Amino acid sequence: MSVVGQSTKFSTVALPVLAWLVALVFFFPIFWMMLTSFKTDADAVKPEFLFIFKPTLENYINMTENYDYWRFAVNSVITTVFATAFSLFVGVSSAYAMAFNPGRHTKDILMWMLSTKMLPAAAVLYPMTFLTKSFLNLFDTHFLIILVLSLINLPIVIWMLFTYFKEIPKEIIEAGKMDGCSVWGEIKDIVLPLAWGGLASTALLCFIFCWNEAYWTVRLTTTDAATLSKLIEGNRAPEGLFFGRLSAVSTAAVGPIVVLGWFCQKQLVRGLTFGAVK
Amino acid sequence: MASVTLKEVKKSYGDISVIHDVDLIINDGEFVVFVGPSGCGKSTLLRMIAGLEDITGGDIDIANERVNDVAPSKRGVAMVFQTYALYPHMTVYNNMAFGLKQTKLPSWEIDSRVRAAAEVLHITEYLSRTPKALSGGQRQRVAIGRAIVREPEVFLFDEPLSNLDAALRVKTRLEIARLHQRLGTTMIYVTHDQVEAMTLADKIVVLRDGRIEQVGSPIELYEHPRNTFVAQFIGSPKMNFLDHSDLSPAAAKALKIDPKAGIVGIRPEHLQSTTVAKALISASLELVENLGEYALVHMVTEVGRELIVKMERPPKAVAGDLIHLTADAGTIHCFNSETGLRKQPTSRKNSKK
Ligand SMILES: Nc1ncnc2c1ncn2[C@@H]1O[C@H](COP(=O)(O)OP(=O)(O)O)[C@@H](O)[C@H]1O
Ligand SMILES: [Mg+2]
Repeated sequence: MSVVGQSTKFSTVALPVLAWLVALVFFFPIFWMMLTSFKTDADAVKPEFLFIFKPTLENYINMTENYDYWRFAVNSVITTVFATAFSLFVGVSSAYAMAFNPGRHTKDILMWMLSTKMLPAAAVLYPMTFLTKSFLNLFDTHFLIILVLSLINLPIVIWMLFTYFKEIPKEIIEAGKMDGCSVWGEIKDIVLPLAWGGLASTALLCFIFCWNEAYWTVRLTTTDAATLSKLIEGNRAPEGLFFGRLSAVSTAAVGPIVVLGWFCQKQLVRGLTFGAVK
Repeated sequence: MASVTLKEVKKSYGDISVIHDVDLIINDGEFVVFVGPSGCGKSTLLRMIAGLEDITGGDIDIANERVNDVAPSKRGVAMVFQTYALYPHMTVYNNMAFGLKQTKLPSWEIDSRVRAAAEVLHITEYLSRTPKALSGGQRQRVAIGRAIVREPEVFLFDEPLSNLDAALRVKTRLEIARLHQRLGTTMIYVTHDQVEAMTLADKIVVLRDGRIEQVGSPIELYEHPRNTFVAQFIGSPKMNFLDHSDLSPAAAKALKIDPKAGIVGIRPEHLQSTTVAKALISASLELVENLGEYALVHMVTEVGRELIVKMERPPKAVAGDLIHLTADAGTIHCFNSETGLRKQPTSRKNSKK
């Protein structure tokens, strides 16, 4: 058998099979969670009902009727959308400045921003709680959650946008200057159209991070601004481990983001591998 | 149309000084070429005129107005970049119209200007394409078109031909010359290629290490280079340099070569073969490059100095044969060996203009 034949067989049969296997391994816990969400709490812990059981919508009905799922969902949407929008606004402005008008300390600023991600969140838990609760009176408000989500995502947003902007030749921006573009015009008419793919993947990633954030959203809210993370957390602690209900809540919480990721996966992959492919 | 004046212009990046006290007057309607080796500061100087680089010291005036702190788009200049710098996401039409759309110009005026420029540059049929779908030469035209539609008072070109192949370069060079003839606008053109400089310029500015070495018309630089650097930079193949001691004393005296001149320069096209008796210098033949129209004859003198002679026909000699050479008195350049400066003040003609 020729080498070409072997490699073709490998790439047409073995590789896809391998890819599917890996995908299955990764997907199984989610699949399991989804299955469990249709079981009663009693069935959920019985191994013999792993795949074969009597499906019920009880958990979902319970969740929407007794646990106010929609309020948490709306809070998640509000905080995530606004935090993403705000992060992008600040991120685009900062990345534009640093990519096209770098100063002597631009590199240091970039490193410093990244270094803030190295601080363990728990280290500032007390000051944050104290400050927001007794001092600023912002505890459990949408504003606070939007602010916190923006701040923790900004370093990554700026870094990503900065790398995408860096790919735009400086001369094109200069041509815009010669043509009489204002700074805003440059961003709107030149930079953003050219970095569109990068902007979309940054936005998507930021959205996912905001949606999934649990440490601060759980600790800085009680009811008014509580997000889906808080709902999951709430269903875990007070009433013991009700796996069916917990699975339903979790499925309903991650569902929107999984669907969003599914639709945008092409964009996401292209954006994240931009530098490597180009 | 406008004149451009540079007064003691300086530029430094941090502690590194790249332009040192440049003084220059560019007259209205003149085609000025900045030429010099790579890294000598040509682009930096051009970009300072464009307003894309801050001016560290000195003044730049355009149309007798100080523009140091004026925004690039308000200086009445348009620039053609080496990389063309077209907007990749816009059609050719929008690339050209983009600058005009930033002004208060009515849209019919924008449209007529873009179409007129496209007509002149033969790019009308590509107006709805994006730059990606164009060849290098076509992109170059669009870049020039984008400059033309703004009807600037000064055109700035930064090595606009360096990304084109040889044939297209010659053709585009001619078109730029025609454009200047037709518009009569002041043009400042940067290149490292002395052929482009010689063919295009009314006035050449030779730069080295951020300083002006000489300013003058192509023929002035060719006939009266101020120093050894300009002498070798202008002209191709470059000027042969000989030591005064290499020359036959009798012939040197007969040709009135300054005995105190350390370096004697003679262009390849001015050396001619002669008899032993009249020889200014003799060298053995090494190699002949025959280009049909003329031949470049490479030789080595007794002391190992390399010489190039441009001859109409290749000599009837084989490698190793001794060839005797001389030149007309008026074509011999003498330089001080320490300073590199020209020794003869001028030859017969007065070079002041
Ligand atoms: N942003 C910069 N920072 C530091 N040095 C620079 C910068 N831009 C240019 N230079 C230096 O200035 C000198 C002139 O550059 P440039 O004008 O581009 O040369 P040319 O166009 O003649 O090849 C070079 O030595 C270059 O290294
Ligand atoms: Mg340059």
